Amino acid sequence: MSIKILFENIDVDGIDSFEVYRKLGGYNSVEKALKNMSPEDIVEEVKKSGLRGRGGAGFPTGMKWSFIDKAPGKSHYLIYNADESEPGTFKDRHLMQYNPHLLIEGLILSCYAIRSNTSYIYIRGELMYVMRILEKAIEEAYANGFLGKNILGTDFSLDIYCHPGAAAYICGEETGLIESLEGKRGNPRLKPPFPALNGLFGFPTIINNVETLATVPWIINNGGEQYAKIGIGKSTGTKLISACGHINKPGVYEIELGLSVEEFIYSDEYCGGIKNGKKLKAVVAGGSSVPILPAELILKTAKGEPRLLSYESLSEGGFETGTMLGSGGFIVMDEDTSIVKNLLTFTRFYRHESCGQCSPCREGTAWMEKILNRIVEGKGNEKDIDLLMDIANNIEGNTICPLGDAAAWPVQSAIKHFRDEFLIKPEIV
Amino acid sequence: MKFMEPKVSFSEETLKLSEKIISHYPEGRQKSALIPILHLAQAEFGGWLSVEAMDYVAGLLKLKPIEIYEVATFYTMYNLKPTGKCVIEVCRTGPCWLMGAEKIIEHLEKKLGIKAGETTTDGKFTLKVTECLAACGNSPVIQIGEKYYVNMDVEKADNLIQNLNEGMRV
Ligand SMILES: Cc1cc2nc3c(=O)[nH]c(=O)nc-3n(C[C@H](O)[C@H](O)[C@H](O)COP(=O)(O)O)c2cc1C
Ligand code: FES
Repeated sequence: MSIKILFENIDVDGIDSFEVYRKLGGYNSVEKALKNMSPEDIVEEVKKSGLRGRGGAGFPTGMKWSFIDKAPGKSHYLIYNADESEPGTFKDRHLMQYNPHLLIEGLILSCYAIRSNTSYIYIRGELMYVMRILEKAIEEAYANGFLGKNILGTDFSLDIYCHPGAAAYICGEETGLIESLEGKRGNPRLKPPFPALNGLFGFPTIINNVETLATVPWIINNGGEQYAKIGIGKSTGTKLISACGHINKPGVYEIELGLSVEEFIYSDEYCGGIKNGKKLKAVVAGGSSVPILPAELILKTAKGEPRLLSYESLSEGGFETGTMLGSGGFIVMDEDTSIVKNLLTFTRFYRHESCGQCSPCREGTAWMEKILNRIVEGKGNEKDIDLLMDIANNIEGNTICPLGDAAAWPVQSAIKHFRDEFLIKPEIV
Repeated sequence: MKFMEPKVSFSEETLKLSEKIISHYPEGRQKSALIPILHLAQAEFGGWLSVEAMDYVAGLLKLKPIEIYEVATFYTMYNLKPTGKCVIEVCRTGPCWLMGAEKIIEHLEKKLGIKAGETTTDGKFTLKVTECLAACGNSPVIQIGEKYYVNMDVEKADNLIQNLNEGMRV
């Protein structure tokens, strides 16, 4: 069994109540931080931990916090990104639903670190039932003096509010999220200015993923150096991987970064192997946006080394032969899967979710869907495949936000690794 | 702005809830409450947002009606036309598709005699397809109201409709 940081107590009966959570040491880190540490100390510990953002991009969290404009007299906001809409990703929902106080504890520490007195949890609108769980936990934290004015008798005050979205993947993108939180369409903003300087309502704003901030209490309790000892190289700590598709045990697993992909897929502690004794065909390892890899390249890098679940190992070989850790949405496909049909569902998703601001993304995703439909119907030809690749190449890098890239990568990688399949007759596809 | 009595209005209770939501945002930033309040409006005014409902919300938040329309047309959760009593949303994205969502959608279309996006003539059911609901570990997934029905297959989906039809509360 590897170390559990986020899931340590997740199976304890009643852990979603303040009483049980507190009894097991919950909120101790807040006491420690508010009484004995300055905000700068917290940032320092998080920097030392090497913690990287778990929302997809893997940006170092401590460094992100140090960018915030702390000019006195200005409001600062911290936004908890609980929009979780990347296909294949369901780790944040799991954490929020079963251990809501851990998120609040992490949020208090993080707000203290950047001197924010107001925080919003932006949660996707379909998860109203999870929002109610969070709201109840927030109420309990207020009632017990961990939120509100002068927390634990210090001069630090904090209010947290839940804010539901209304189904739009783009609102997971940080500036689309800010627009949405201001009551507008979720159209991403041009950067710069970055939110750390000019974000919500024009004030300095930090946006972090649920899992990222839920890790902070452990770091404060045990020290950043201790955290950095877990994991491998620059991929420190643990990561939640949500595994789905053709496996025996789908679910959310906390793994120590550096675990081999082979062990993750085949060991009974994790996915338990491919369903019905079939062979592995391909994996999308980090949510629908990241390049798909065929079995041989997900189990071993092109150099023949075992592929590990870490930022570095998964991206070994670049997009030629590698992929990305992304959000940790691990989608497994068996030998009978049609790569092209699966791709069509992804492309349709990006077409549906494109906010429509940038022509390459708005038009390109629709064109790609149309061509893929044609191919799936058995009416495609060689030229269609080239056209698909051409469109994807022209979306990539040409949009305000990375949704365009996210739509292009699955197409490019599927063609790169499974080109032959695009022209197979429909009855076989 | 015309000063007309709105055709629809919130109950006392919902009005109180809206005020509470508005208080979550700084002075003058009441527009931030728009998305949560549109959810309340949809729930209170029969499961969809009519122009009257949106105009009422505009008045409540002191916004121009166009600001409401812009938002209501952007987000998939808002219904801009009446729906059936029960809205069945079937997830169709990759992970659910891998586990057989397509068969479920086809089956429900046949069973209800409508295409995805339509409502049965008796006004009971609206069938919708939706994108990933963050529950892919239990795919295929169907959402009805706030509730997720997981690990679905054709037979389970069939039973679900049967039960709903017989007046199960959703
Ligand atoms: C189209 C798109 C969708 C995104 N969706 C999410 C999401 O649902 N949740 C999330 O945490 N980050 C999402 N992100 C990443 C955020 O923009 C942002 O990088 C992240 O929340 C930062 O948090 P972190 O540094 O803790 O990872 C998305 C990015 C893009 C481009
Ligand atoms: S794909 Fe259906 S819940 Fe994720």
